[in-house]
Amino acid sequence: MMKEITLGQYIPGKSVLHKMDPRMKVILLVLFIVFIFASRNFVSLGIMAAAVFFVLCISGVSPRLYFKSIEAIIMIVIITSGLNLFYGTGEPLWEWRFLKITQAGINTALFIAIRITALVLISSVLTYTTSPTDLTDALERLMKPLSKLHVQVHEIAMMMTIALRFIPTLLEETDKIMSAQKARGADLESGNFIARIKSLVPILIPLFVSAFRRAFELAMAMESRCYHGGEGRTRMKVLKLSKRDYIALAVCSAVFTGVIVCSIVLPVTVRTGM
Amino acid sequence: MALLEVKDLSFTYGEKTAFEKKAVRNISLSIEKGEFIGIIGHTGSGKSTFIQMLNGLIKPSGGQVLLEGKDIWSEPKKIRNVRFKVGMVFQYPEYQLFEETVEKDIAFGPQNMKLGAEEVAKRVKDAAAFVDLKPELLKKSPFELSGGEKRRAAIAGVIAMDPEILILDEPAAGLDPKGRDVLMTQIATYHKAKGNTVLLVSHSMEDISKVADKILVMNKGDMYAFDTPKAIFSKGEEIEKIGLQIPQITKIMIGLAKSGFDVPTDIYSVEQAVMEIMKLRKSTSDILLKAPEGGAGA
Repeated sequence: MMKEITLGQYIPGKSVLHKMDPRMKVILLVLFIVFIFASRNFVSLGIMAAAVFFVLCISGVSPRLYFKSIEAIIMIVIITSGLNLFYGTGEPLWEWRFLKITQAGINTALFIAIRITALVLISSVLTYTTSPTDLTDALERLMKPLSKLHVQVHEIAMMMTIALRFIPTLLEETDKIMSAQKARGADLESGNFIARIKSLVPILIPLFVSAFRRAFELAMAMESRCYHGGEGRTRMKVLKLSKRDYIALAVCSAVFTGVIVCSIVLPVTVRTGM
Repeated sequence: MALLEVKDLSFTYGEKTAFEKKAVRNISLSIEKGEFIGIIGHTGSGKSTFIQMLNGLIKPSGGQVLLEGKDIWSEPKKIRNVRFKVGMVFQYPEYQLFEETVEKDIAFGPQNMKLGAEEVAKRVKDAAAFVDLKPELLKKSPFELSGGEKRRAAIAGVIAMDPEILILDEPAAGLDPKGRDVLMTQIATYHKAKGNTVLLVSHSMEDISKVADKILVMNKGDMYAFDTPKAIFSKGEEIEKIGLQIPQITKIMIGLAKSGFDVPTDIYSVEQAVMEIMKLRKSTSDILLKAPEGGAGA
């Protein structure tokens, strides 16, 4: 059961996207999200959707995985589009008591479906093509200016890295402890609410004990390798923007410009926040 | 009727996905009451998956596990009763300790069996005695014990359920050589005293060959062999080929046989080896004694 949960679902590969500087990927992802939200008509949204599709194609990640990430949010898409379907104004195409569907409603529903799907897909591209360590590295560098405001950027990034690293370990540990307690007849599935909470004690206590043990061991291991925080620490792999990052930036800028132009020139079809 | 019968048992991880992996493939065997079975195999050979199917922690993807002739999954709601009959000690069992005192932790299993307070107390005492935990330790917190004591307390927690079949997954892993020997002896003593069935998973052929009546060798999810230690080690070289260590003494005997000495190669204990080599010395010394006579005659 636990094994099926995947987090930080990095899929190793050799595509251009895998090789890109993670900082550039994070920045471009933020811009993609902004422009997907900023699109107010089908043409600009269409440009963004096409751009997302292009990115998916060059990511070298199996389409099956993208379908999976859509599958996870399909209910949200259906519910939000479904609701919007009935909220349109104008001439009703279909009516039943207080429910009516208008052309505008259909447009909004379709628009929202495309928008959410595009958002989810482009975000999964980042997690699929960037390893968790690269990602936290990038975030650390991008948040660097915040250290002027006495935000402990390095420490935050280190904590994120460690947390990500230990998620699978702790899941595995939970699985083992659950099996061990079940083997001693622990009943995790039946009983009322209180009984179920109580039945978690034999799992949570060993889990906490082991998490602390691992934390102490890790701290010891880090100190014996002279870790002393971020100050003056250099990196083995220095993030460096390369030609491909600038090309990606240029291409994306062109797309974004197109979206801006279309949004200004063409009429707004959808007037909704989400 | 066999106590435990496994029929065509298989397990596939991630069925119908790209990560599909057969962990256990069509294993069939039967285990009688009172047998001591050793299970060996590489990491990833399916040992752990196999033993977890025996007490219903993992539901097989194919085949059946029959306990006293009855399929353990015939009534999924009563699977807990199977777990009381087939006790399982996992690797590093000390990490499952959670109660305030050792006593309470050992009592967790028996209490889940809904036994009376007196019976629970008796079982805790007996189980602690089996693993040689001193009575004064029972009132301590399990987290205050030493590594070896924790391990024994955790094993007592399973023994206290008085299972008909006791399965131990690498019980000696991470212990020092002395702790290892003590634990193995305790398990052997427990098996003798209770007369119940024990399944012991181990990497160490040495440990297993000393105590097991039969050995199950697993290789890449398949049952490679299931036989007496003697029969298994007579195929010592084949066993080495699938990457498993055979007892050092067996290796010595194979080596001797290869260099022309007339010794059997299915030896797995030092005592047996000594006997065989003594026999050999006797016959060689006969030759040596005869030789000068022959020389004199010429």
